[in-house]
Amino acid sequence: MIRLKVNGADQSFNGEPEMPLLWYLRDILRLTGSKFGCGVGLCGACTVHVNGQATRSCVTLMRETAGKEVTTIEGLEKNGLHPVQKAWMQINVPQCGYCQIGQMMQAAALLESKKKPSDHEIDEAMAGNICRCGTYQRIRAAIKAAAEQMA
Amino acid sequence: MSAIENVSRRRFLTGGVIAAGALVLGVRYYHKLLPGDRLPHDTNADHATLHPSAYLGINPDGTVWIVAHRSEMGTTNRTTLPLVVADELDADWKRVKIEQAIGDKRYGDQNTDGSHSIRSYYDAMREAGATARFMLIQAAAREWGVPAAQCETDLHVVVHRSTNRNAGYGELASAAAKLRVPAKAELKLKQKSAWRYIGKGEVSYDLEALVTGKAIYGMDARAETMVYASVEHPPVLGGRVKSCDDTEALKVAGVRQIVSIDPFQGAPGFQPLGGIAVIADNTWSAFQGRKKLKLSWDNGANESYNSDQYKNELRETSHKPCKVVRNIGDADAVFAKGGKVFEVDYYVPLLAHASMEPMVALAEFKDGKVTAWAPTQNPQAVQDTVAKELGIAKEDVICHVTLLGGGFGRKSKPDYVAEAAVLSKKMRRPVKVVWTREDDIKFDYYNAVASMYMKATVGANGKPTAWLQRSVFPPIPSIFDVNTVYGDPAHLQQGWTDIPYDLPNLRIENGPAKAHVRIGWLRSVANIYHAFAIQCFTDELAHAVGRNPLDYLLDLIGNPRTIDFTGVEYPNYGAAMDAYPWETGRLRRVTEMVAEKSGWGKRKHGKGSGVGIAAHRSFLTYVATVVEVEVNNQGQVRIPRVDMVLDAGVVVNPEATRAQFEGAAVFGSSVVRSGEITATKGAITQSNFQDYPVARINEAPQQTNVYIVESDAPPAGVGEPGVPPFIAAFCNAIFAATGKRVRDLPISKLGLS
Repeated sequence: MIRLKVNGADQSFNGEPEMPLLWYLRDILRLTGSKFGCGVGLCGACTVHVNGQATRSCVTLMRETAGKEVTTIEGLEKNGLHPVQKAWMQINVPQCGYCQIGQMMQAAALLESKKKPSDHEIDEAMAGNICRCGTYQRIRAAIKAAAEQMA
Repeated sequence: MSAIENVSRRRFLTGGVIAAGALVLGVRYYHKLLPGDRLPHDTNADHATLHPSAYLGINPDGTVWIVAHRSEMGTTNRTTLPLVVADELDADWKRVKIEQAIGDKRYGDQNTDGSHSIRSYYDAMREAGATARFMLIQAAAREWGVPAAQCETDLHVVVHRSTNRNAGYGELASAAAKLRVPAKAELKLKQKSAWRYIGKGEVSYDLEALVTGKAIYGMDARAETMVYASVEHPPVLGGRVKSCDDTEALKVAGVRQIVSIDPFQGAPGFQPLGGIAVIADNTWSAFQGRKKLKLSWDNGANESYNSDQYKNELRETSHKPCKVVRNIGDADAVFAKGGKVFEVDYYVPLLAHASMEPMVALAEFKDGKVTAWAPTQNPQAVQDTVAKELGIAKEDVICHVTLLGGGFGRKSKPDYVAEAAVLSKKMRRPVKVVWTREDDIKFDYYNAVASMYMKATVGANGKPTAWLQRSVFPPIPSIFDVNTVYGDPAHLQQGWTDIPYDLPNLRIENGPAKAHVRIGWLRSVANIYHAFAIQCFTDELAHAVGRNPLDYLLDLIGNPRTIDFTGVEYPNYGAAMDAYPWETGRLRRVTEMVAEKSGWGKRKHGKGSGVGIAAHRSFLTYVATVVEVEVNNQGQVRIPRVDMVLDAGVVVNPEATRAQFEGAAVFGSSVVRSGEITATKGAITQSNFQDYPVARINEAPQQTNVYIVESDAPPAGVGEPGVPPFIAAFCNAIFAATGKRVRDLPISKLGLS
């Protein structure tokens, strides 16, 4: 039995401890905001927060989540929209949108640790998140806009 | 939120965090219906009080339902086409609700490819809106006893100015519904000056759903009793299972059953590839089960395919006379006169789509009918393919279209949806097939590998006096007939037979190439390799004769004229030549504009820095691009700036259009930097983003500036046309920065990264 918190709620998991967190969230808890993109931690579409750290849920095993607090896009902000979500809308970032959940989770974690990241710091922090539609320059702009909102 | 009584939809989407009604595509508002009241494919528009068109309906509360009949994969057409309806209707966008159509031929073509959603449906959407507006005006005029000609519309109301009366669309809907639907000839479309939304645009209707994780993609579709499937395909196209030991796979927790899928018959088309499916309680168990299968394969004839050898074969073919597809004058006679001849080979490898959402589909076979939920660009092809696969009628295949996590042409081919349907029939319950990224990379319909041979000789002013170009590539129609080896007009037109240069002696040829993998449409398709060869060869010639590449390019494009395609099979992307003539003046104009906007010749470029230019028309849109690069001593390439100018005729949604061109620059960056799929003994070598890398934020252009030419020409494509000239301009910039010519993509082969 693995006990963890997901979006503030206590959960317990009796299944295979080797199951990646992503599939627990998607197939079992039915929190489908976090996306499957590569399965090996190369694209960032599955990014969630584990104890506040941006984490690739597709390569994080359930046994590694015991006692941890997991936050997904569904729990990123309790009231309304998180500043990164507002900024993503303001800058009109998404095209297909599939990777954007992971992008926003990564960006939200970045802004927790760096209040006003430079272009270089943004590129470094976001280089693990692929967007095949190619929205990168808007992502960069949106992170700056969110930083302004959070300042 | 009202209750949903639509049984077929509810079954797929209730429970869990997806509340009943919060369903696919943000279509959240279903009015209450009596059980059995409607078919699963009826829309709210069909059931609205006033519904003069399949595309829209208006209810007494003023709600306007607009049906989005084409697929949304990020181009925003799900918003932009309804916006055209709303404009002609003079509707308040805030009172518009969009619902997604299933696959149904009553909507016309739904294959969302070829950058033609707006082009092909602009008139139809305007007519739908104008029809409803006409009827609402008639209804108000009758009500008020005034001539209809004295009435007009304002935002969501009909007004009679002289008597200061007005009535909302909702209150007029019932009366309007009793009137005759006007003929097309009676409709008066708005003047440009009265447009509310066309040319101004709107953000995506789904924007909030997209940033909150509530948007439903194919990956998120669910049926209560469904099981998950993961399929081990034959590693070589046309291969078959020789032996299968599933003992260990069946021991994996959560694995229920192992099921075989028959290999395709004849040419692959859109049929399932065949193989062994692991059926499980969740996605991960299905993946784990697959790893434990012990399989051996009979690989078949395509086992002989090796990319290195194939490349040499393409090149050899391109060095010999091939089939002439266009000729002007006598290039050979000029070459025979002697003088300096320039000859260059260009090569582009197979490319994979790698949409962020891998192939996935949910299907249920029940009572002889299939209901599918799929991220498909082509729901009618789903109907055709599934019907054929299961031996049922096309009408018995209901295909709901979810949002697509990218498509780029891959999701026009519904092989993965057919897999789900076949498995559901075998399992007697809904089955969701989930492809891994490895499946996606290894079992794609690749953009064709292509070799281009270019030859020219020049006159006193450096202008070519004779020009020969040959392309050789396995053609897309080979997926339907394996013996097809020559390029078809629909793909030879893509930047090849329509070379826009004013040349006295020109010969264009195409050589044969047999396909050993599935070849398919990928964003910009044949324009990718054709524009690369022509626009890079142009740059090479400019440097060889000591001309400024911009001036030289303009010189070759020549004076404004309409290209004469007499004697050439030139389909013009399916558009009429009189509505969409090939006008070199428009290509000239975007080229001149991009030079001005980018400060061509005015900016200083230090060591390791340079700019390149290219111009190209594709999907009826004219684009010119300037790319700036910086290359350091380690061979690392940065792209600080890109300028693009496009003339796509009327642009309905400028913001979405700019986004498409920004994205095209990133897509093109991936092609140039690292795009390469290879095969060894018929099996694809690459598997995931570590060996098929795509551009990341630090590798993409830092800043892409997009400029849209104001135009009254009919609307053309915007999804694809940004890619081809970007690729060539990027390569020309690398030469300017490093002196290295890019003739063989990707540039990783030159030691650049």
